[in-house]
Amino acid sequence: MSEPLIIDARDMYYRELNQIIRDKVREGVTHFRLLNVNGQRYIGAGLTREVFIEVFGVAGQDLGIFMKGPTIVVYNNAQDCVGNTMEGKKVVVHGMAGDVCGYGMRGGKLHILGDVGYRVGIHMKTYKDMVPVIIVGGKAGDFFGEYMAGGVLILLNLWDNDSRPMVGDYLATGMHGGTIYIRGEVAPYLMGKEVGQVEVTPEDEALLRDLLEDYCRDFSRYGLDPQEILNQPFTKLVPVSSRPYGKVYAY
Amino acid sequence: MSWHREISGCGLSGIISRKRHLVPGEEIIRSIVHQEERGNMLGAGYAGYGIYPQFPDCYALHIMYDNEFCKEDTEEYIRAKFHVEHFEDIPTRRAPGIKDRPILFRYFVKPLAIHGEEMVPDDFVMETVMEINEKIDGAFVFSSGKNMGAFKGVGGPAEIADFFRIDEYSAHQWIAHTRFPTNTPGWWGGAHPFTLLDWAVVHNGEISSYGINRRYLEMFGYKCTLMTDTEVVAYLVDLLVRRHGLPLRMAAYALAAPFWKDIDRMGERERMLLTAMRMVYGSALLNGPFAVLIAWNGGMMGLNDRIKLRPLVAAVHGDRVYMASEESAIRAVCPEPDRVWAPKAGEPVIVPFDDTSDAWEVKGCRSL
Repeated sequence: MSEPLIIDARDMYYRELNQIIRDKVREGVTHFRLLNVNGQRYIGAGLTREVFIEVFGVAGQDLGIFMKGPTIVVYNNAQDCVGNTMEGKKVVVHGMAGDVCGYGMRGGKLHILGDVGYRVGIHMKTYKDMVPVIIVGGKAGDFFGEYMAGGVLILLNLWDNDSRPMVGDYLATGMHGGTIYIRGEVAPYLMGKEVGQVEVTPEDEALLRDLLEDYCRDFSRYGLDPQEILNQPFTKLVPVSSRPYGKVYAY
Repeated sequence: MSWHREISGCGLSGIISRKRHLVPGEEIIRSIVHQEERGNMLGAGYAGYGIYPQFPDCYALHIMYDNEFCKEDTEEYIRAKFHVEHFEDIPTRRAPGIKDRPILFRYFVKPLAIHGEEMVPDDFVMETVMEINEKIDGAFVFSSGKNMGAFKGVGGPAEIADFFRIDEYSAHQWIAHTRFPTNTPGWWGGAHPFTLLDWAVVHNGEISSYGINRRYLEMFGYKCTLMTDTEVVAYLVDLLVRRHGLPLRMAAYALAAPFWKDIDRMGERERMLLTAMRMVYGSALLNGPFAVLIAWNGGMMGLNDRIKLRPLVAAVHGDRVYMASEESAIRAVCPEPDRVWAPKAGEPVIVPFDDTSDAWEVKGCRSL
């Protein structure tokens, strides 16, 4: 890997930081190391080249929004809206992430080590060979996978160290495409009316193994083992209708 | 008065030292200014607790006046009802960006005994605040608690702090706000915090139930005069907690009541209790998206709407608890907290002052 361009982002306004990154990407820099980041928004926004961005500190709102080239690794927490409308490549967060992660995401991967907030994976979608994937290592809040239209959403609950349920209420409400895999059992009252539980097939297992191997590689320092994760049965959720609201306005 | 109307997003921040150590004003300024992006310079404010130790038993009335005439009327009214221990200009400095400032005075007062009448001093002060705000044109009481004070106006959080010399105060706890007014005017009285007695509230969001809440409060003598939805939150906690004697946790059940479908799944005793709460306090329910910080002389409470439509993050470090719209606003003043979490929607984070115990149990937390 190339020598990183180091940027000290302490007290730097987000526009200045993102302008530097955009300018340097244009000049051909492919590896960035951002130090002392604290809440700067839109890091990686709209970038299309395959660059590598390391973020030390808490990443601000809309990390990786609209991007399709970069791989971004955050060595701390990320705030709300990570991967908003993201098109491709990857965001890895070595911590927890806030609400509305992966909003309208249409490609690429989001790997979160810890918990996420509310409305994660809301309205993510698939188009031809573009299949977005979100894997959450911890627990999730309400509205997980709400209005989901495509892609794969995986919830692992690896660090079950308190009494909170692993997933919140209104799970997959309005879901009409894609697949949700949750490690463990989910109480039916938490599920939206538009979703149903189906059997995990060998094809599902192969897909999960493939995706989890990549996830565990990203978090290798925590000693995660894909087989160990797979040893516990998963709950698979799919939509019961492709157009749950098709008749809402057709009276 | 400017009538901007733009899309939403306010910022809030709170710091409390549970053991009542003094937190310099500079820290709350740094935390809220870090979130300046969330406001649009049309309102900001601060409330500090324990800032008037020289007058601990006096109600500190902070009043803004449009002109000298309403100031005269108000002072005449106050002197008829209160013993004024001390009064002065609220100290300010010239701050760039602060325009059209009102006349700002503070009065440290004690109610005069009214012959032949039973009087609860807090009720007396509350009635005075309502009377001045409603009846004296151009005068607004924007702070009325003991040993605490709110400072607010039109401007950004850095300018308002500079103007009110917040850096010269230290407090046991602070709450602060940067405003992005959406539905109501950006004027001095409409900036946050909203206060009554020692209650102070900062809010991000929109109280869609304002009309219902307002009419309900009117039955108990509260007059909403400040043209902003958040005002009802301050009066509702005063009604529910101070006057009706509900524990704060129960008051939070009224403001952010559990959904009926969740009440149906509860055990019988809990179901009966929460059903009664929803029936009795249906008009106190806050509908719409909100994150609020509510402070009083006993501590601080953070609360989200029931489906988490606005952000709120909390952190603990030693005897301090922090709450803010964004984690980075906490880390701007506390880079390595012991614990960071996102409170669950509709479940209050209640942080009482506690001079004795070291541990404070964090409930319903989300952390790594």
